[in-house]
Amino acid sequence: MTAFPLTTGLLGSRRSLRLIERNLFVYKHGWIIILSGFFEPLFYLLSIGFGLGALIGSIAGPGGQAIPYQLFVAPALLASSAMNGAITEATFNFFFKLNYNKTFEAILSTPLSAGDVAVGELGWALIRGGLYAVGFMVVMVVLGLVVSPWVILAVPAALLIGFAFGAVGMAATSFMKTWQDFDLIQLVVLPLFLFSATFYPIETYPEVLRVIVQLTPLYQGVDLIRSLTVGVLSPVLLFHVAYLLVMGFAGLWVVARRLDKLLLK
Amino acid sequence: MSTPLATAIAPDLGAPASSPSLILARGLTKRFGEFTAVDAIDFDVAPGESFGFLGPNGAGKTSTMRMIGCVSPLSGGTLQILGLDPEAHGPQIRARLGVVPQQDTLDTELTVRENLLIYGRYFGLSRAECATRADELLEFAQLGERAGDQVERLSGGMKRRLTIARSLINEPDVLLLDEPTTGLDPQARHLLWDRLYRLKQRGVTLVLTTHYMDEAEQLCDRLVVMDKAKIVAEGSPRSLIEQYSTREVTELRFAPGVQETLDGQLDGLAERIERLPDRVLLYADDGEAAVAAAHARGLQPEQVLVRRSSLEDVFLRLTGRSLIE
Amino acid sequence: MTALAHPRSGIGRVFEHRFMQYRRSYRASIFSSFLTPVLFLAAMGVGLGSYVDGSTSPALAGLSYLAFLAPGLLAATCMQSAAFEAAFPIMSGLVWSRTFHAMHATPIDGRDIVLGNFAWIGARMVLVATVFTVIIVLFGAAASPLIVLAIPAAALTGLAFAAPIMAFAATQRTPNKFNAVFRFGITPLFLFSGTFYPVDSLPAAIQPLAWVTPLYHGVALTRALSLGTVGGAPGLALIHLAVLLAFIAVGLWFAYRTVGKTLLRG
Repeated sequence: MTAFPLTTGLLGSRRSLRLIERNLFVYKHGWIIILSGFFEPLFYLLSIGFGLGALIGSIAGPGGQAIPYQLFVAPALLASSAMNGAITEATFNFFFKLNYNKTFEAILSTPLSAGDVAVGELGWALIRGGLYAVGFMVVMVVLGLVVSPWVILAVPAALLIGFAFGAVGMAATSFMKTWQDFDLIQLVVLPLFLFSATFYPIETYPEVLRVIVQLTPLYQGVDLIRSLTVGVLSPVLLFHVAYLLVMGFAGLWVVARRLDKLLLK
Repeated sequence: MSTPLATAIAPDLGAPASSPSLILARGLTKRFGEFTAVDAIDFDVAPGESFGFLGPNGAGKTSTMRMIGCVSPLSGGTLQILGLDPEAHGPQIRARLGVVPQQDTLDTELTVRENLLIYGRYFGLSRAECATRADELLEFAQLGERAGDQVERLSGGMKRRLTIARSLINEPDVLLLDEPTTGLDPQARHLLWDRLYRLKQRGVTLVLTTHYMDEAEQLCDRLVVMDKAKIVAEGSPRSLIEQYSTREVTELRFAPGVQETLDGQLDGLAERIERLPDRVLLYADDGEAAVAAAHARGLQPEQVLVRRSSLEDVFLRLTGRSLIE
Repeated sequence: MTALAHPRSGIGRVFEHRFMQYRRSYRASIFSSFLTPVLFLAAMGVGLGSYVDGSTSPALAGLSYLAFLAPGLLAATCMQSAAFEAAFPIMSGLVWSRTFHAMHATPIDGRDIVLGNFAWIGARMVLVATVFTVIIVLFGAAASPLIVLAIPAAALTGLAFAAPIMAFAATQRTPNKFNAVFRFGITPLFLFSGTFYPVDSLPAAIQPLAWVTPLYHGVALTRALSLGTVGGAPGLALIHLAVLLAFIAVGLWFAYRTVGKTLLRG
C-alpha cells in the first residue's frame, strides 16, 4: 500500500517541521532539561579525562604519537554521547510517545503521518545533539583541548553519528512489542560505549578482537571524531563517513517499510 | 505532501458521482488477529447530518470511528470519506476532519492556548490564523480565563471542552466524537450538548458514538445500533422506538417472592412482556389501560410506573440485558 | 476479626506485591545485573587498567587498578539501581497505577508501604551485590576473604540512596525532576566519589564535597573490605557505616512523612 505518503515524509515532508515546532513550545517551559543533557559528557570528561587521566598521563593517539589522555578521551565522549542521545530518543522515547503518550495519538489524527512524526522527532533529536556538540566544542576550547582546525568538523560528524544511530534505533523500535524488549538495546549500547576504543587505543585488543571492533558502528564515529580532533587525516575517515551514511539510510529504509503498519492499529 | 488537494479529489474513486454521502461504508470490516471488531457493516452519512453509533462497550463503535478517522487501516470492505479513499488519501481526509477521541489526548506538556495553537499548525495554518482561531475557540469553549494554564490543572469537563475546541481549529467538514460526554457531570454534559447543537446548526456533520440514550435522542438525526460487531438496527430515534418498542412502558414491581408465582397471569396484558429479576415490564401503547387490566386480574403490584418508551428500551431489546464487556 | 493480619505483617504484604511484579521481568534484570559488571570490569578494569598500571603515578600505591576499581563499581552500581528502584516504582504506586492507594484502602498503612518497599529494594541490592561480588572474585580482583562483607556494605550504600529518594519521589506528581536527580546527582556521584580514582586526586577545594555524600563512604567501606585493609583503620570503617545508617534513618523518616501525606491527599 502506498498509504500515508511515507517516503515523502521520511525524506523531509514539511509537516515534520511541525513536530520541531511543538518541541520548541514544550521546551519554552522546560529549557533546563535541555541544558542538563549537556552536562553528562562534560562530567565524564572532567572525571575520566582529567581525574583518571592524571593517573594515566599520555596515551597513543591516531597516527601513533602520544597525546594527553583527556585529548584522547574527549572526542570519544562526544561520539558516544551523540550515539546515546539519538538512541534514547529513537527507541525508548519514541516507543513511549507513540504507544502511551496520548499527544501523539492526537497528532496522528491530523494530516501528519507516522512518518512525519518519526522524521520530526529524529530531526529534533539531531538539533539537540547539534547544540550539545557545539557546547562540548566550547568546553574543549576552554579546557585547552583544541589542537587542530579540523576539529570544527567534529560537529557535523557528531550529527552524522546521531543520524545513523537514530535511524537504526527507530528501525529496531518498529520491531519492539513490550518494554522488556528494550533491555536488548541496552545490551547493545553498553558494550559499544565501553569497547569502541572509547577509553583506550584499539591496539590494546588482540588481533581478532581488534578487527571485530573495527567493524562496529560506534568505532567509526569515535575514530572519525578523534582523528579530526587531533588533525590526523587519512582515507579511512571517508570509510567511516560512508559506513555511517549507509547505516542511517538503511535504518530509514526499514522504518519506511514498517512504521505505518506498526503504529496504525 | 506534494499532491494538491484539488487533484486528490479526483472523480474516479468508484463512488457514483451523484452520491450525496459524506461517508460511505460497504462491508466495512476490522479484524485484530482472530478477533473481528467490525463485521462487514454498511452505512451512509449525509452532509449536515448528525449520525450516531449506539451500542454497548465492545460493539465495535470505536474501531469504526478510528477507520473513519483514517488512523486504522481497513481489514476488508470499502470506505469513502468526503469522496476519498482513506488508504490513499489519509492526510487529505484528516485535514478536513475534527476528531474528539474517547479519552482526551491533550498535550499535557503545553498550556491550554498552546494546545490550540500547535494543533492548528499541524493542519498547516499560519501562525496568525492559529492565534485568531484559538482565541475564538477559547471563547466558544468558555475557557478564555484558563488560556495560560497547564492542561493538567483543568477539570474533566474543561478538558473535554478543550478537546472539542481543538477539534474545530481546522474548521472541519466532519466532526468525529467518540463518547463525547462519558464521565462528565450533568452540568458539563448539558454545556457540551449545547455547543454541539450550535455546530450542527452551522452545518457541521457530526458523527458520534455513545451509550447514553438521552445523548443519542438529543443529538442524533439518525443512528445505527451496533452489537457484537454488526449493525442490528438503523433509523431516527423516533422511528426506532416505533419499530422496536411501544409508545409507553409500564413497570410493575411486586413484593419479594410474588413475581415468581405469577405464571400465566400476565399473558395478554400487553403487546410484549419482559420479566426482569426485580420487576415486570409491560410494553403497550396505552400504559394506563395495561395497569387497569392488571388490577382487573387481581394483581397487586407494590409499585407502578407508566412512562414513555425511550431509546433505552430499544437498545436493551436489541442488544440484550446481560452485561457485555 | 482476631484472624486479621498482625499489624506489622503489612510490610510483608507490600514486599510480596513487589516480588509479584518483579517475577515478570526478572530475566532481563538478572541478565543486566550480571552483564553490567562484566562489561565494566573488562573495559575499565582490564582494558584501561593496563594503562593506569603502566603509568608511573603513585596514586594507587602499587595496587592494581582492577582491584582498586572493582569494589568502587560494586558500591556505585548498587547506588544506581537502588536510586532507580526508589524513584519510578514509588511514583507508579502513588501516581500512575495508584496501587499504593489501593493498598492503603486495606489494613496496610503508609509505614508498611515505605518499609515494605524499602525491604524489597534491600533484597534486590543484596542480589545485585552478590552477583557482582562473585564476578569480582572470578576476575581475580578480590584481595581478601572479607569481600563477603562487601555485599552488605554495598547493599547499605544502595539503601542510603533509596530512602531519601523514596521520600523525594513521593512528593512528585510527574517524573520530570527525576531526570535532574539522575543527571545532577547520581551521575556526578558515580564519577566523582572515588569510584574511578582516589578522591585525593580531586582538586583540594572539592574534596570535602565528596566526603558528605553517601557514595564516598559506601565506596570507601566496600573497598576497605574487598582489599582487606579494614583492620588498619577500624574507626574509619565505623564512621563510614554510621554515615550510611544515618542517611537511611533520616531518609526513611522523611519517606514515612511524604508517602503518608501523598496517600492522604489521595
